Amino acid sequence: MIRVFERWSLDTQLVLGILALSLFGVSMIYSAGQVHVPNAVTQEAWVRQALWFGLALVAFSVLSRVPLRWIEGAAYPSYAVSLALLLLTLAIGEGRGTAAGVRSWLSLGPLSFQPAEVAKLATILALAQLLAPRESGLHSLRDLVKPALVVAVPLMLVMLQPDLGTAVAFVGILFAMLYWAATPVWLLGLVASPVLGLFLSYDTTVWSVYILLVVGGLILLRFRLSLFESVAVVLANFATATISGPLWNSLAEYQRNRILVFLDPEVDPRGAGYQVIQSRVAIGSGGFGGQGFTAGPQKRLDFLPEQHTDFIFAVVGEEFGFVGTALAVLAFGFVLTRLVRMASHLGETQAFAGLVLLGIFGAWMVHVFVNVGMTIGVVPITGIPLPFVSYGGTFLLMSWVAVAIAVRVAHERP
Amino acid sequence: MNIRHPHQLRRRAVGAYVATALTLGGLLVGFFRIQVLLGEEHRLKAASNRVRTLPVPAPRGTVYDREGRILADNVPGYQVTILPGPTEEVRATLERMAEHMELSPERIERVLETLQAYGREVVVESDTPFDEVAALEERRADFPGVYIEMRPRRRYALGDAAGHITGYVGEITGEELGSEAFPDSLYEAGMIVGKIGIERQYESLLQGRPGIRHVEFDARGRIVGDFGGAEARAPEPGTDLHLNLDLELQRWVHEIFPDSMSGAVVALDPADGGVLALYSAPGYDPNLFVGGIDDEVWAALSADERKPLYDRAVLGLYAPASTWKLAAAGIALDLGVVTPDEEMPEPCTGSMFYGNRSWGCWDREGHGYNNLAEAIGNSCDVYFYQLGLRVGLSNLLTRANEIGFSQQCGVDLPQESQGVFPDRPEWYRENFGEAYRYGPTEGEALNLAIGQGPNSQTPLKMAQFYVALARDGSAPPPTIARAASGASGWELHLEPEHIDALQHGLRMVTAPGGTAHFGTALEFWDVIGKTGTGQNPLSVRNLAEDHAWFAGMAGPPGERPEIVVVSLIEYGRSGGQVAAPIVAKTADFYLRRKYNIPVDTVQTFREHIMTGPIPRWYRERFPDSDFGRTGAEEAAPNVSGRGGGG
Repeated sequence: MIRVFERWSLDTQLVLGILALSLFGVSMIYSAGQVHVPNAVTQEAWVRQALWFGLALVAFSVLSRVPLRWIEGAAYPSYAVSLALLLLTLAIGEGRGTAAGVRSWLSLGPLSFQPAEVAKLATILALAQLLAPRESGLHSLRDLVKPALVVAVPLMLVMLQPDLGTAVAFVGILFAMLYWAATPVWLLGLVASPVLGLFLSYDTTVWSVYILLVVGGLILLRFRLSLFESVAVVLANFATATISGPLWNSLAEYQRNRILVFLDPEVDPRGAGYQVIQSRVAIGSGGFGGQGFTAGPQKRLDFLPEQHTDFIFAVVGEEFGFVGTALAVLAFGFVLTRLVRMASHLGETQAFAGLVLLGIFGAWMVHVFVNVGMTIGVVPITGIPLPFVSYGGTFLLMSWVAVAIAVRVAHERP
Repeated sequence: MNIRHPHQLRRRAVGAYVATALTLGGLLVGFFRIQVLLGEEHRLKAASNRVRTLPVPAPRGTVYDREGRILADNVPGYQVTILPGPTEEVRATLERMAEHMELSPERIERVLETLQAYGREVVVESDTPFDEVAALEERRADFPGVYIEMRPRRRYALGDAAGHITGYVGEITGEELGSEAFPDSLYEAGMIVGKIGIERQYESLLQGRPGIRHVEFDARGRIVGDFGGAEARAPEPGTDLHLNLDLELQRWVHEIFPDSMSGAVVALDPADGGVLALYSAPGYDPNLFVGGIDDEVWAALSADERKPLYDRAVLGLYAPASTWKLAAAGIALDLGVVTPDEEMPEPCTGSMFYGNRSWGCWDREGHGYNNLAEAIGNSCDVYFYQLGLRVGLSNLLTRANEIGFSQQCGVDLPQESQGVFPDRPEWYRENFGEAYRYGPTEGEALNLAIGQGPNSQTPLKMAQFYVALARDGSAPPPTIARAASGASGWELHLEPEHIDALQHGLRMVTAPGGTAHFGTALEFWDVIGKTGTGQNPLSVRNLAEDHAWFAGMAGPPGERPEIVVVSLIEYGRSGGQVAAPIVAKTADFYLRRKYNIPVDTVQTFREHIMTGPIPRWYRERFPDSDFGRTGAEEAAPNVSGRGGGG
């Protein structure tokens, strides 16, 4: 294998890291199916995952040979196609399994997939195409309007499904790529501030302190931002604080419950708080060394929710303990930093490649943080899978497509 | 500034590394805290998640009869239990279960209430039929929090032949839990306890002590297995109970009792007062109550006009009528106001005059001069009027109360009626009002002496009294369980010749020519006894027949009686015709088995001559009987040479 990669001159370390994660994922899905009362569907999930893994490797070996210009050329068309698919999903999409109420799947005969997964990749390519020609960084809010729109359109369509978790991934893509396009961190902070303010507005005192900090920051940065833009940031903050009440009331009950139990799972230990409580108990009872592969009682006895998909990491925690969770997190850390490292070693003509790598970095970072974080309750529960580990064929396939594109764009110098 | 200069790229890469390190490092801190610092706590939580401590029902003590035959025991049964959870989810589960088992909306509400009140598992159905168990097991996944386990089910071997004695068990009610009879330290919701009869009387003995089991469950409430991490405790089975009751005799009484009739049969062992049979007709099958009785069956039982749930033997109060004459006679002998051979000065002419009115004898033809035995044989009212006058009302009340005619026998059953009898002269005014403001007249003694007046007794009480006549005048309390003691007996101070005289009188009733001869004459045993015709609220208005009594005793010829039997047939009219044969057949069955003589369904002389020729034993046993002899018109009461009895 390594020799093959070398012949392609691809980034061996990244691919090996992801191969390891994928194999780890298949074995964890196998373990998740080992329960007290076997269920044919979950028991054989690992076989299907392994088949998809094989398919993903085929896709990888093909796509990793596609010339860079094809990829560049495909950026905008694929973006347009994925927007169309997202619209189509809103019209004829279907729910799946536990997310039965959400319209996020499209069926193509026997196959079905989530267009949002395609849209993430397409958006990365399109945004990279948009930002690559820039010779200077983005220094004003006006500079950010176009890139923000490119991401906002698919994001809104995904939100309408509604699939909050994936929508957050788009935010990760936007911020990571803007950062790589030399947008100052303080500007990104100001852009993010209204959203932060939205969450802080639950407490008037906290929000008041926060808005004083924002205004103070703007005064310090007065020579960097126009007065108009500064006022816009402050107004946006006031606007989100004002709508926070009505927005809260307009949320569906299950969405409100998810946020409430995130703050304190014990308010509804058998309802909305059940998943996170059971997940934490499973991970915690893994202790330092874990209960052993396939042996976790919480998992075996069905206490773990969604144990082969969204909560697969709780199985890792229960069966391999802190040793297992730390190694898994470090493995993801390796893959993520490897993407950054590849981007930082590119030539000056490879702006597109760097942006694509950082876009993938941003997307995966959000997936890892939100998925792993929700299993221990540091992030509210959103249905978002763990790349390469969670059960899900098309997601695994699209993730490997992303890997193929990453290694390809990094390899070829135009 | 060239934003793509390698230095710029490296600088931004460092920023991205830092962001990655902070994010993932934050996660690692979180995992370290939950897994390493709080690991032990979470392990405990995981254990309490899946391990529950459940009571293991103790097998109830077996109830045996006097020969060690099983009267009540346990067979494997199934119990359906549900674990607590969100009320609406549990309700939905129960409603789904109701499609596959008998589960009324009321029961569902009660289960939900109990779940909320106690916050622990609740028994949905303590005795589930196997087909329901199978239906539930098949759809286990649809019933989260529901588990099915084996639990001993009570079985009553005699069914409706002994329902009133054994009683039955059922789930403890909230009311019972609150009562002192079921102390909190031993009882909790969901337990099966005795409700009535022996089951209730000896509840604390039979119950045993539930064990404790630590069971591992999965998230849907399915049992995974026993959890080894904590000490389990085996249930302590209840204590077995041995009764004086004779199971075969009880069944026999049930068989011979006329199906269309209501009434009671009591058989006591005169040796110790042990209850050999205690039967009330119609009966009910206590097995119907095990695991909760169906609403329809319950409605039918409680609405039945014949009152099958009513234990006539210990609760029914009936005017004892002539059977009580022996009590009056016993009291008179004890007081010494009559002697056995003495005839009353006033001959019976069909009536006698006392006070300002005429007091009639049941036989308008009259009985002439009678001594005590003859008066009993003839049931002569006029003799007993004079006996009553000699005893005097005050003495009669005092002594009758000492014998306990206004009390319970103290039998070991949770419920027993108290006899109705005036306990002192003031009783009349207190109960009958101002008509008695000057106190009862001596005329009341006449009424009481023949078993009339304000006197109502249970069949059991009359049986206890006849035990005294079969012995030496003393009567131990009737006891169902062996070695049961508590109530004290009482004593009539009678000389052996007094007993002889009274038994002689009883013998005349069943001797050739006596009113109960044909229905009581047996091949192997002497039966003696007294008939009674008890008035009741319907019969005094000519709306129904009188109640028929026969109180008797039997034993091998020449020996002391070995069994005392009292039968009461509601609206049976004739003690001799209806009640006496039941007594004779009951005694015959018991004694034949006792002396290893094969049992025959054709027992009494009357049964023999209705099915065939006069049996040879009859001529041998009753050589003086004129029955069947040419020219014989009447059978003379002659008992000479028959043995005097004890």
